[in-house]
Parts: sequence; C-alpha cells; structure tokens
Amino acid sequence: MSILINKDTRVMTQGITGKTGQFHTKTGKEYADGLNCYVAGVTPKKGGQKYEGIPIFESVKDAKSATGANVSVIYVPPPFAAAAIEEAVDAELDLVICITEGIPVRDMIRLKYKMEKNNSKTLLIGPNCPGVITPDEIKIGIMPGHIHKSGPIGVVSRSGTLTYEAVGQLMEIGLGQSSCVGIGGDPVNGLKHIDVMRMFNDDPQTEAVIMVGEIGGSNEEECARWIKANMKKPVVGFIAGVTAPEGKRMGHAGAIISGGKGTAEEKLAVMEECGIRTTKNPAEMGKLLKSVLR
Amino acid sequence: MKIHEYQAKELLRQYGVVTPRGMPCFSVDEAEAAAKTLGGSVWVVKAQIHAGGRGKGGGVKVAKSMADVKSYASSILGMQLKTHQTGPEGQKVRRLLVEEGADIKKELYVGLVVDRGTQRVVLMVSSEGGMDIEEVAAHTPEKIHKVAIDPILGLTDTDADDMAQKIGVPAASVPQARAMLQGLYKAFDATDASLAEINPLILTGDGRVIALDAKIDFDGNALFRHPELVALRDVEEEDPAEVEASKHDLNYIQLEGNIGCLVNGAGLAMASMDIIKLYGGSPANFLDVGGSATAEKVTEAFKIMLRNPELKAILVNIFGGIMKCDVIAHGIVAAARQVSLSVPLVVRLEGTNVDLGKKILADSGLPIISGNNMADAAQKVVAAAKGAH
Repeated sequence: MSILINKDTRVMTQGITGKTGQFHTKTGKEYADGLNCYVAGVTPKKGGQKYEGIPIFESVKDAKSATGANVSVIYVPPPFAAAAIEEAVDAELDLVICITEGIPVRDMIRLKYKMEKNNSKTLLIGPNCPGVITPDEIKIGIMPGHIHKSGPIGVVSRSGTLTYEAVGQLMEIGLGQSSCVGIGGDPVNGLKHIDVMRMFNDDPQTEAVIMVGEIGGSNEEECARWIKANMKKPVVGFIAGVTAPEGKRMGHAGAIISGGKGTAEEKLAVMEECGIRTTKNPAEMGKLLKSVLR
Repeated sequence: MKIHEYQAKELLRQYGVVTPRGMPCFSVDEAEAAAKTLGGSVWVVKAQIHAGGRGKGGGVKVAKSMADVKSYASSILGMQLKTHQTGPEGQKVRRLLVEEGADIKKELYVGLVVDRGTQRVVLMVSSEGGMDIEEVAAHTPEKIHKVAIDPILGLTDTDADDMAQKIGVPAASVPQARAMLQGLYKAFDATDASLAEINPLILTGDGRVIALDAKIDFDGNALFRHPELVALRDVEEEDPAEVEASKHDLNYIQLEGNIGCLVNGAGLAMASMDIIKLYGGSPANFLDVGGSATAEKVTEAFKIMLRNPELKAILVNIFGGIMKCDVIAHGIVAAARQVSLSVPLVVRLEGTNVDLGKKILADSGLPIISGNNMADAAQKVVAAAKGAH
C-alpha cells in the first residue's frame, strides 16, 4: 500500500509540450512502473500528436475518456495554470498535482471557492510543489526518483529540496518510504499537512511519518492537534525558518511571518505539546525518526 | 510589491474611497506650493517610506502655518527615519505627502488580508484605530471583527453595514462606510493585492468617513497582468542587494550575520540558515538559486554575496534533483575564478550526479572545503567564519 498514487495510477500531463512538462514526463515514464502509468498528455491545439509515444489530447476530458487517466500533473505556466487545474477538476479526475510555481493568489482563491461550492471530489496537491512519489512504483513530479526506495516511512512537506534532504537521511539509515508528498509553498493551495496525515494514518504500509513544515500560516499546528487526538503512529517534525526575519517572504509565497504569527517557535511548541518529537537540527530528521520507531 | 501611501490613496480614490486632499512632494518648495494650493490653515506633512510606524518615528507632523510646513518639510526630507519596521539604520525619506488637516472625532481600523484558514480574502475591522493592529489582536482580540468575502459576490451590503456598525459607525454615516469598505475590496480584487489597510479610518466631527492613511501590497505573482502597478515600484525603498538579485531571478534576502548561504530550494535554504545558527554562526542572507540555476546565475549569486562587507565565509548547500551536481560544480568553479573569492568556501553536494560534481570541485585546485553532509558542512562553515577575522 501507499497513499494517493501507486502502480495502478494512470497519469496525464497537462502542459506536455513545454520543456518542463516534457522533461518530467520522460523521467516519470522511465521510473519504476512509469511506462504503464503515463498514458496521456494535454495541450490545446496539439491534439493528435505524440510525445515519447504518449498520445496528446486537446482537453483533459478527451484524455480521460480515451485513456482512463484518473490523475493529472500540471506544468502549465502560471498565467494559465489555475485554468488548467479547473479543467481537471471539471473533468472529475481523482487527483490533480500542480507543480507550477507563481500562480496569482486571486486565481487560487476563486478556484478553491468553486471546488468548495461544487463539492468537488477531486483532490488537489500544490501548486508550487515537487509532487508525489510512491517509491519503486510511480513518480509524479520533479523529485529525483533514484534517491528513494520503498519502505515504511511517510514524508509530508511544504518544501521540495528539504523533502529530498529528509529522504536522504532516511536512506542513510536504511529506511525506505511508503509515499512522499510535497504539498507546496503557497498560502492558498490544495491538501494540507492534516489531510495527508490522515491518509498516512490509514495506510497499512506507513509505520511512522516525518512532517516537515516552515514558517507562515498555522497548518502545522492544526495537523499537530489532529495528531494528538487521532494518530496511531509516531510522527516527528522539523520546521524551517527559526532564523527567518519577520515580514519577509522566504522564497515560498506562503513562508512569511506576519504580525508575529506563523513563527517556527510557535509551531514547534504546539507540535511538542501534541506529542510530536521535533528537532531544530535539519540534519537530524532521520535520526529522530529512527528513535521513535516501534 | 509595496507602494507609497500617496500612491495607495490615488489608487483607492479611483474606487470611491474618500481620502484627504493631498499632493506628493519631492522638495521643500514643492511642499510649500502644495500647502498653498490645498489652502486652509492646517496641513499634515507625512514622510513617504515603505515602512509603517512613521508617526512614532517623527515622520508625520501637523503644521499650523506656512512656516511650519517649510520647517517640517525640510527636517523630514532627507532624514533617516527609524521605525519598528525599518531596522536600526532607518530609511532615508525622499518623498513627502502634504495633505489638508482633518477633524478627527474617532479613529477606526480597516484591513483586508488573504486568510489561509478560510482560503478567502477576509475583511478585518476594529474600533481601535490608529494603533498597531497586532497589539489590538494580542490584548483585546474581542475588539476585532472579521468576515470572509465571497469572491464572486464581493463584499455584500449586509456584511459591509454589519462591520461598520460593529465598530461604532453612527447610523447616518453607515452608507459612507459601506461605500468605503466595498471600494477598498474592489480595489483589492482588481489589483491582485495581498494586503490592504486603512489605519486609521476616521469619523470627522461632521460625520464624514475618511481614509487618513492607506497601505496596499500587491501579489508579486500577479504583476504580469498589472503593468500600471509595476510602474509604481520605488526601488530606492528596497535593499540594493535584493534588487540586484531580483534582476537575475534569484531569491535573495539580506540578513545581519556573516555567513553567506547559496542553496537550491526555499525550504532547504531556510534550514541551512537555521543549522548555521544552531552551530553558533549567523547567516548573512537567504538565497534560493532555484531548480534551474546556470553557471551564470551562480556567478551572480556569488557576486551579490561578496558585496556584503560583513561576509566571513560562504556555505553552498545543494541537494540536486533536477539541478545536477556537476552543473552546479561547474558554476561554483567558474564563479570562484571570476570573482576572486576572498573568504573560505564550504560546499556540500548531494543528489543527482554527486560524484561527478565532487570530482569537478576537487580537480579545480580551488581551496574549497568539502562538507560530507548538511551538519558537517554547517560546522565547517561556522568554524571557517570564526577563523577568518
């Protein structure tokens, strides 16, 4: 088992004719069961063409009905990315993973509003995220596949490279991963830590979870409170940005301390109160996880 | 992106928000001429910088004669205005706003923010205007009222009136307040703002509702569709190193320490700063070179870091995903040769093509200190910074 995606997932790439979309579709196709998983691409006005043997369609709806693809990954440029997500949501896909960084917040607010009003069943991950990988089965996103292997640890994070860092540390001590989910660095986005944590809690393969957060917002705190009340598995955490100054956006649109809120200290304190072991040393995430394994 | 108060007021007036009449001024003569044009007997001379807290720092003065206008304008223009948002060195005042005086009966607070909890824009109002809203939130949270705004309907009459009444706007002035709140939201939505504040919004003795101050920040991700807003940018208000970095599409933030950091990815970049601090050092900057850094970008990043006179050492921390370690290694070597590296350089490489990357660094003959992992690299760079006096 795993969460969100596995070898039976069928993926379409929205924005498959762009450089980024092509590169990551190719590496995804070459990873583990990728050859079976990557079945379609979508680029308006390029329908009928092929990329790496993958058929390209005019619309998400066409791609879904022709190939049965139930998941989409989006590499469409920021001005058009929210519309691309909307198209995938309208086509009622199970999951949409939006990698694109730099989508205007107003576009995301309108999109989330529509998803809420329509009671949409589609799950959204991102935008501005590295994607999701279920090691040795399927990779959807921009993470380096080769640093992962299948195993018992779930990883959920707002950051890309910091997720790779956590995975690297797990691999050093011989621990593989069930799934690694990058939820992204934007303030208005899809799944939050808490949503992914629920899935890890229900996943038989996952025995423990590393939760990586960063300054800004209060999603980590909400997740921590849920963990205290519901989580059956050990969770360890790291929050990036103890040294970040107030009022400055630290790269990610959502990584900002405003009005004294959203500090790393505040998040770490709530996590500890909720029984989550935390470290202030980003080089010790793996070691800490190992110490709580039953 | 931030703009000045006078620019925010000009923008808001287009959406029906009432402000005092005023004019931006770049010299004492212009300030005097503005006061004459505005007429009346009381004027407010306001420093225009991008930071808040200007009044407390001595950047806002009420003038009761033309002589006052001249003397305040000449003392404020050119001053290093220090507020809680400027940092200890303050910000040089280059522009003024001269406005007509207002008869303040009551000061209120009005703000719009993107709220992560509701994933909507939220209107926040308080009867406690004229002070720091964070202070109000900390001490008397019951005096703050909020409503999440429906992105399709906008701010409804009902919600606007309700909010106005909750902060003590008298019945006769509620229609004016409603127009003000709805105008503010329309401006926010139309300009892709990320924050808008009127603090204070005042009630005058004769029942008028006026925006005495205004602050608007815009979503940098949406500027591509607002060239008219980009034209309002005042780069003199921004950190020169950050301006230079933005030209090269680098995410750079100047800090107060002495260890430069060059990292790929925002999360890892923050974590690198944190681990430097943890081992007793102090980061000089946040720098995310992104996922597709070229040798040229890395060179520019080195140049920007090396301009900092406080710099004692540099840490490069790369976990290569899309970014291949050999590419970054070539970039480091090229940069180190081009910029004549004057401080110790510690490099930690991990991920895609790591062995090739390490070999390139070793073969370069440059005095690069290699870090085996993040902790090792951080400890080495802290030691190097302490050794290099």
